[in-house]
Amino acid sequence: MSIRIYVPKDACAVACGADEVAEAIQAAALTRRQPVEIVRNGSRGMLWLEPMIEVVTPEGRIAYGPVEEGDVEGLFEAGFLTGGAHALRIGKPEEHPFLAKQTRLTFARCGIVDPASYSDYVAMGGYKGLERALQLGPVEIIEEVKKSGLRGRGGAGFPTAIKWKTVADAQDDRKYIVCNADEGDSGTFADRMIMEGDPFELIEGMTIAGIAVGATKGYVYTRSEYPHAIAAMEKAIQVARAHGMLGVNIAGSPYSFDMEVRMGAGAYVCGEETALLDSLEGGRGTVRAKPPLPAHKGLFQKPTVINNVLSLTAVPHILADGGEFYANFGMGRSRGTMPIQIAGNIKHGGLFETAFGISLGELVNDIGGGTATGKPVKAAQVGGPLGAYVPTWQFDLPFDYEAFAAKDALIGHGGIVVFDEDADMPKMARFAMEFCSVESCGKCTPCRIGSTRGVELLDRIMAGERVEANLATLTDLCQTMKLGSLCALGGFTPYPVLSALNHFPEEFGAPPRLEAAE
Amino acid sequence: MPHYEPWSEDRARAVIAEFAHLEGPLMPMLHAMQETFGHVPDAVVPMLAEHLNVSRAEVHGVVTFYHDFRHEPAGQHVLKLCRAEACQAAGGDALAAHAEQRLGCKLGETTADGRVTVEPIYCLGLCATAPSAMLDGRIVARLNENRLDKLITEAQS
Repeated sequence: MSIRIYVPKDACAVACGADEVAEAIQAAALTRRQPVEIVRNGSRGMLWLEPMIEVVTPEGRIAYGPVEEGDVEGLFEAGFLTGGAHALRIGKPEEHPFLAKQTRLTFARCGIVDPASYSDYVAMGGYKGLERALQLGPVEIIEEVKKSGLRGRGGAGFPTAIKWKTVADAQDDRKYIVCNADEGDSGTFADRMIMEGDPFELIEGMTIAGIAVGATKGYVYTRSEYPHAIAAMEKAIQVARAHGMLGVNIAGSPYSFDMEVRMGAGAYVCGEETALLDSLEGGRGTVRAKPPLPAHKGLFQKPTVINNVLSLTAVPHILADGGEFYANFGMGRSRGTMPIQIAGNIKHGGLFETAFGISLGELVNDIGGGTATGKPVKAAQVGGPLGAYVPTWQFDLPFDYEAFAAKDALIGHGGIVVFDEDADMPKMARFAMEFCSVESCGKCTPCRIGSTRGVELLDRIMAGERVEANLATLTDLCQTMKLGSLCALGGFTPYPVLSALNHFPEEFGAPPRLEAAE
Repeated sequence: MPHYEPWSEDRARAVIAEFAHLEGPLMPMLHAMQETFGHVPDAVVPMLAEHLNVSRAEVHGVVTFYHDFRHEPAGQHVLKLCRAEACQAAGGDALAAHAEQRLGCKLGETTADGRVTVEPIYCLGLCATAPSAMLDGRIVARLNENRLDKLITEAQS
């Protein structure tokens, strides 16, 4: 009898040697004349255990990891095909504390199903949301999303239902759904993981959005750095078309919707929605002044819903289980779950989906297990290159849009990059300015020129030149960038800079914080 | 090692024709040009401008805006080292310095023998298993000096 073995095809697993492990299993099985069926699934998100392979046994799926090519022979000898004991044996993945503590809605299927299998998707509740959406019709779909309290998961946190309503109300011959999958923030990989591990969910979410607002065409704009995600999405789109779930008269309904994947070319600023639209149109990725909003004049000047991957992949659940069910999770005005990404210098890094409200300290220390180097944590940068450095004495901060904003920090796309005590904060501040100067689209002056001046100022400060005066200028410059930039690139670069300076002033040659004992 | 075709105007025309049916076809066309020829040759700029009925300056502006598009061929192998924050937090700075020292060139440059181009990349999305690199499209995580040395040796051979 053929034994089924799951070996992830997630880019992270592949980068840690999953392809070689799959080949070694195939070869070892052949030698032993043991028929095996290797399924290339997505990742469960326990990334320190990748490549984490799973064997289907009568008791359920038994995981082993992290498996290297050289471990395969030993695994066969230990009888891993029947769940045998081995140093790398993890047991049932769903019982692992890292997974057991999560509330997985968006990532419910990720790592379990074969991402290219339509039947796997449907067997685990896929297309239930679309089915209900077709029964409800456009007005009720938007009402359901409104009830869920879903806010844009890209970082801005704008209510998704309002965006959809605006596009639905706009009159035009053509409308678009654009998925922002330009996940350029360091420390984030949730979009990549879902596109590689459960691409049908994004297809379903975009299809529902299309029906809700009257759009018939969708684009997924993603990064050239994500070749595996592009391949997985394109494969799933083909499969969905073959099953009548994309194209004309979806699932036999009067609605039509089709979609394409488009690839950026290494410009970070294209993650900003209007720059993304310009890039999709075939232009330089420059930021547009708003208004007009993309909802009125977006892609090719047509009404456009532009949503992040995580917003769109939340939609099928909201429709399937109802907006109120989704809104039951979370705190304050942050409703539902957030796929949080724990990364950087971290012992147990990975994807942790949970309701809003969990504290940063719990994520970094309890779930993430502290630093990989074993040194004390110094700070965590939350929300990508434009996010603030949060020092350990603020680790009681709950994951919530408003709570973070109150501390001059942001959740962004939910990425946490952990740094140990060796982190050089002035250098990280300089990096933020330098990154901004390289990636600035050049349209507005505070970002284009300000970032370059910021690098120069930090160089002088780090060299000990007129520190007090230069720090005052830097703070003033940051204020100008914050208030005067056209988009979040220039507007948010001050967050990492000022947070580094305010929390660790002595490293910049300034007097120590007065409230250090807090 | 990637294999690229020598410049051919007919081939470039075929690439344009392949994507002509798309909405906003310029980016897919530029990517395809680079995949075909290894870089975006200057000669395609007027061809694209004519096809899309825009000025040469506009096409030039797009080509030069994006980090990915090369104006001249890269070395035989391209090694990209992630230099973003998560990889920095996990020791990426020392690895980048090590690569520069071993290859005898800076990030963004090609070795004197034309074998290896080493470039920074800002995030491969492998941030929980940092530091990361990409050699000719193959991704590698949990990089350390030993693994990096192997990649460099492979690229130099």
